[in-house]
Amino acid sequence: MDVSRRQFVGTGLVAAAAFFGLPKIASAEGLEEAINAFTGGADAASDGITLIAPEIAENGNTVPIEVEAPGAESIMILAAGNPSPDVCTINFGPAAGRHAASTRIRLAGEQDVIAIARMPDGSFKQARQNVRVTIGGCGG
Amino acid sequence: MTRKSLLGGGAIGALAIAIASVVSADIGDDEQLVVNGEIEMIIETAAPDHLEGHLSTIYSGWVFRSDETQAMQADDFDNPAFIFVDQAVDAFNTEMGAEGNSCASCHSAGDFADTRPTYPQWDAEHGEVQTVEMQVIECQTERMGMEEPYAYDSQAMRNMVALIASEGRGQVMNVAIDGPAQSTWEQGREIYYTRFGQLELSCANCHEQNYGNNIRADHLSQGQINGFPTYRLKQANLVSVHNRFRGCIRDTRAETFSVGSPEFVALELYVASRANGLTVEGPAVRN
Amino acid sequence: MADNVTPRVRVPREASAGDSVSVRTLISHPMESGQRRDGDGNIIPRQIINRFTCDFNGQNVVDVTLEPAISTNPYFQFEAVVNETGTFQFTWYDDDGSVYEETADIAVS
Repeated sequence: MDVSRRQFVGTGLVAAAAFFGLPKIASAEGLEEAINAFTGGADAASDGITLIAPEIAENGNTVPIEVEAPGAESIMILAAGNPSPDVCTINFGPAAGRHAASTRIRLAGEQDVIAIARMPDGSFKQARQNVRVTIGGCGG
Repeated sequence: MTRKSLLGGGAIGALAIAIASVVSADIGDDEQLVVNGEIEMIIETAAPDHLEGHLSTIYSGWVFRSDETQAMQADDFDNPAFIFVDQAVDAFNTEMGAEGNSCASCHSAGDFADTRPTYPQWDAEHGEVQTVEMQVIECQTERMGMEEPYAYDSQAMRNMVALIASEGRGQVMNVAIDGPAQSTWEQGREIYYTRFGQLELSCANCHEQNYGNNIRADHLSQGQINGFPTYRLKQANLVSVHNRFRGCIRDTRAETFSVGSPEFVALELYVASRANGLTVEGPAVRN
Repeated sequence: MADNVTPRVRVPREASAGDSVSVRTLISHPMESGQRRDGDGNIIPRQIINRFTCDFNGQNVVDVTLEPAISTNPYFQFEAVVNETGTFQFTWYDDDGSVYEETADIAVS
């Protein structure tokens, strides 16, 4: 393989050498901006929303997460420590079953994953979980 | 999922003769791997006779991975390797080469149940041990009239080997180590126990003496290849056996052998035989 | 257009009216984040699937906005309520304007 190890690790978000060359990690302001864009600055309660993510992710390239918020109109997922905090926004339509979804995300390093749900009455719910991301190792 | 504390652990490079006493919380977890609700995998079994004095029990690499990674292999939809298997199915049915045939002209996918479990194997006609990749290239050049067969580690080749492996899932690995293949097998065994590189590590230092331990953040398996070609989360793509061998040897800071080289063919034969008794899992999901 | 972009979907073959069925979707796509550099040090341009929708018999089930933090080969699992026999329509939108589609039928009694 001619491609250097660095490039070979999925996106630049996770690399054994990310330590040395990582692009700017999302600042606290960047995260807050992203959240406010969704919530308009409103407070978020912590009940009625579930976020399931591994405590330790085997590889930051592919971290499985699950989120559920019964009755929510949409759920936004953020990664507090990524170069850009937005991960995805799931909008539920009239034919949606349980208002839940699973997906696989990239995490640049140990950080909090945040899920914010917007409810039909304009209120918000928030769940947060810390995920440790293992990087570096012979195979890694 | 919490990583419970790891016990044991000789220092890397220690030439422990005793059966590795390293214990990991994963081994003996009483987990089972049943794929698609029907293919029952053997993930732990008595080591084959030729490993006497080295290992008493062999474990599939699946055992050493996190719960989430393990779950991804349980179903052919959740297993991202099957995107590539699907691509191989298309290629399988595509005409290639001067003869105007596709693989399907001579084979049905079901023909390959015994391929992954018994390869690498001795090819009498060519007088050498062949890997699955070599067999594919042989078919393409000698029977299909392709001027440019798949390159040994190309995406197309990995996809095809994954398809072939997938047809053998659940079959017990049973690679021949005697007869005409014996000298190649012995060559592979010697490479396995040879220290390479600036770090002077042999395959055995990590995978026989320290499986279950961590090397930096990596949780070491026994280095079995019954799950190859494997979908690695790191590359988000299939990784072949020789590609992984290259990676390992490069990690010891050595100049490595090339994919498709006789050294790697011999090593692959030997490493495959260390898994005799486990079931084929390829394409598996690993970190 | 990214090479070899192949969608895969999985829905149950049949269900009872009013059931909430699990739908799984995957599409092979590199999801180039725009953060990586090539051998010469130049940024590899971003190219991702930025939106994914699923409809059932014309009614929207989910509409997802994806960012570069979604893994290569984006995978989504979610649930849809089915009241009648019909067809799921899946659509993925690429940064470069390509649109990928897939359908799946379900028999509802």
